[in-house]
Amino acid sequence: MNSSDSAHTTGPSPLSDAATLEFRSVMKRYPGQREPAVENLSFTVPAGEICVLVGPSGCGKTTAMRMVNRMIDITEGDILLDGRSVKERRPAELRREIGYAIQQIGLFPHLTVSDNIATVPRLLGWDRQRIRARVDELLELVSLDPHETRERYPAQLSGGQRQRVGVARALAVDPPLMLMDEPFGAIDPINRERLQNEFLRLQREIRKTVVFVTHDIDEAIKMGDRIAILRKGGKLAQYAPPAELLMYPANPFVEDFVGADRALKRLALQRVRDVDLWKAPLVRVGEPVAEARAKLGDAEVPYPLLVDDQGKPLGWLSERALAGERVEAELRSNPKPVLDIDDVLRDALADLLSEEAQYGPVVDHRGAVTGVLSIEILSHALRTDPEEVPSGADAL
Amino acid sequence: MSPLLAQVEIRERDDTCVADNGFCPDWIADNFDRYVDPFFQHVLLTVVAMGIGFAISFTLALVAYRRRWLINPVTQVTGVLYTIPSIAAFFLLLPITGRGFLTATIALVSYVLLIIFRNVLTGLDNVPADIKDAGRGMGLTDRQLLWRVEVPLALPEIMAGLRIAATTTVGLATLAFFAGAGGLGEQIFADITFKSNVVVAGVLAVLLAAALDGLILLAQRAVTPWTRAVSAA
Amino acid sequence: MNTTIAFLGQFGDAIEFIFNERESPAGGAQVGGLGEFWELTWEHLKLSAAAMAIACALSIPLGLWLGHIGKGAFLAINASNVGRAVPSLALIAFFVAYIGVGFENLTLALVLLAIPPILTNAYTGVRQVERDTVDAARGMGMTGAQIVRRVELPLSLPLIFGGIRISGVNVVATATIAPLAGVITLGDPIINVNTYGDEGRLAAAIVVALLAVATEVVLGLVQRAVTPRGLKLEAGGSARRLAIPIKRKEATT
Repeated sequence: MNSSDSAHTTGPSPLSDAATLEFRSVMKRYPGQREPAVENLSFTVPAGEICVLVGPSGCGKTTAMRMVNRMIDITEGDILLDGRSVKERRPAELRREIGYAIQQIGLFPHLTVSDNIATVPRLLGWDRQRIRARVDELLELVSLDPHETRERYPAQLSGGQRQRVGVARALAVDPPLMLMDEPFGAIDPINRERLQNEFLRLQREIRKTVVFVTHDIDEAIKMGDRIAILRKGGKLAQYAPPAELLMYPANPFVEDFVGADRALKRLALQRVRDVDLWKAPLVRVGEPVAEARAKLGDAEVPYPLLVDDQGKPLGWLSERALAGERVEAELRSNPKPVLDIDDVLRDALADLLSEEAQYGPVVDHRGAVTGVLSIEILSHALRTDPEEVPSGADAL
Repeated sequence: MSPLLAQVEIRERDDTCVADNGFCPDWIADNFDRYVDPFFQHVLLTVVAMGIGFAISFTLALVAYRRRWLINPVTQVTGVLYTIPSIAAFFLLLPITGRGFLTATIALVSYVLLIIFRNVLTGLDNVPADIKDAGRGMGLTDRQLLWRVEVPLALPEIMAGLRIAATTTVGLATLAFFAGAGGLGEQIFADITFKSNVVVAGVLAVLLAAALDGLILLAQRAVTPWTRAVSAA
Repeated sequence: MNTTIAFLGQFGDAIEFIFNERESPAGGAQVGGLGEFWELTWEHLKLSAAAMAIACALSIPLGLWLGHIGKGAFLAINASNVGRAVPSLALIAFFVAYIGVGFENLTLALVLLAIPPILTNAYTGVRQVERDTVDAARGMGMTGAQIVRRVELPLSLPLIFGGIRISGVNVVATATIAPLAGVITLGDPIINVNTYGDEGRLAAAIVVALLAVATEVVLGLVQRAVTPRGLKLEAGGSARRLAIPIKRKEATT
């Protein structure tokens, strides 16, 4: 990302593109309550990493997150953003340098998508051209068509689209830190998976420091570079990368929370792109049958895969397709499940099982086939040495 | 005690339609300019009362929105003012402000205070909490949040209140002549038994109310374009 | 300072007028005093009560029925908008011109005035009963009429009484100009100021104002009394003080 678009147009705090965040013995106690909501919370998030705060409801994860941008006051202790205490800054000023995405998204219904995203830039006094360019850039970044979406109102968008606009809005001034409170919580499971993948892809490009709150341990393992598991009363149970959490849980609470099927959870750490895929025998309509048969020869799948001009999968071919001189479009089955190269192995396994398929074509972000993933490959991955298992965004 | 005041007769005796006390289009056409001045007085009364009333109650609502303890007292006071019938109000004010436009305006203003105060407050209170949270989290100060988010989102409710205030004020302003402020009511009162007179003045008042209602509705549509955006897939 | 004493003096005179008879400025008869005011107030209340009773008898069943079957939204809701736009003076004048003077005719005019808020609120009251509640009632085997009587009516009572409150105050206020139609109410000293004098007029204004406020308060207490306890706990405190619970958009104000 160009540093010219960063948050510090003018002003006293030169923040880097991604900031480090440190919780130092942070405590939050509400008046009249015996137990503190957050107690002696200490951990550091290195710049450019996603830290997931996860735990049962009432564990203080959202409270902890909201203390970072001072939506909730810190009772004791301190939070340091790039070494500077957040208590030193004026709240409104501080918040303009931190991206904020909440579960209900909170898009302003009376503003267009473009105006919504432009909110903080306008507050910082950016000129109109710069804002317009940035809005278009951000919309493309979150996979929305600027021309179509720019002038729409939130009411005219689907849930998934609104969520993307929310993320775009949070990224508007290229803040060094992002706070996200169950941002995909209000989305249906199918689209949630897609949005998670897209966000991880995004993170690979822009490398922000992110504090991500969720109650779902599976989402935490998938999204986090580091995970902070909190127990009731805001006490830190363990702070570690996902693999370490799965393999060396620090105490019975963590073990219980993470779940017994840790082996399968490990599958959430690897992506389709991480494993060696089978070669896919790709043929197009009209290709000479001899060539098609040749491809089939050294493939591990029994049937050729018909693709279109852009390499998108259309289906598995039947014998009759290879009967004549040239390949014809005679399918024996549709290509489902079509797997995304950025899918985590766990989701890929689930898709294969739901279609009762032994294997499925893998496509890249343009939809073109790059290989075939099979259950065989997955069971091999399950037996892989844990030391080699990488963490969340690093895997991308 | 005579049932009817001695009234100024406005009919001419020799017209048969008029003498029969029917509905006489000719007479109306001839005498229409009788109604012009009262009509404009009526408009003036309504617009001025609404303008002042809005200014006062909108400000009160904004203050009470942040200082919640004010809501109850203000509601009670404006509620009492709302309940006092306008005629009574005119004459209660008479010893203090005398006859004329001022007295009528004060009474009319006090009537709309509750309506607008309540609607502004409801509109602001109805802004969803998550939107306010998102706004604050993004770095909007309280004042920026109020003017850029909360007030715009409260506009539909506010304009609805204005429409109600407008139509009721037009109705009440027909009684303003009791305070010596003229208006269409004066014309009605001038010959209350003459059908043509009553119909013209009455219809003009209703038309005025409808026109103001429509104008405010149009204004509402203009300033709240997002409410008309149809949900697309 | 002088004006202050002066208008206090005028109010003082007005209060005095209520309690003591004196000679009419127009000469001849005695005016003022408790007896006279009681007569005027009684006529005022009689007229208002008659109009309200008829209006309720007509609009509540109609509103409940329309709300129950879910039809007639346009009529029920716009009744109030239209009703608001017609000035009371014009309505009275129309009746005087076309139908004539007298107690019955005037009552009819006031009935027309009182119907819209009650009708709208009865309709809205039924519509805002949760569909689940009605569904459960139907599932238990209640007939349509039973549902109206045992479920929809009780749950819409607060709104209905809100409408009655609004209409009540309107009718009491409009009854002040009843003398124009030949019915001698508290408005007489205001309209026929020559007979009663300035103090008389001011006195009547005070009494009318007090009467209107009293009507509002009494009907407000009744409204609170008929609100089922469950609903009171549900709604916020401020909803009680106004004729209409704050959140209902369709209800009239």
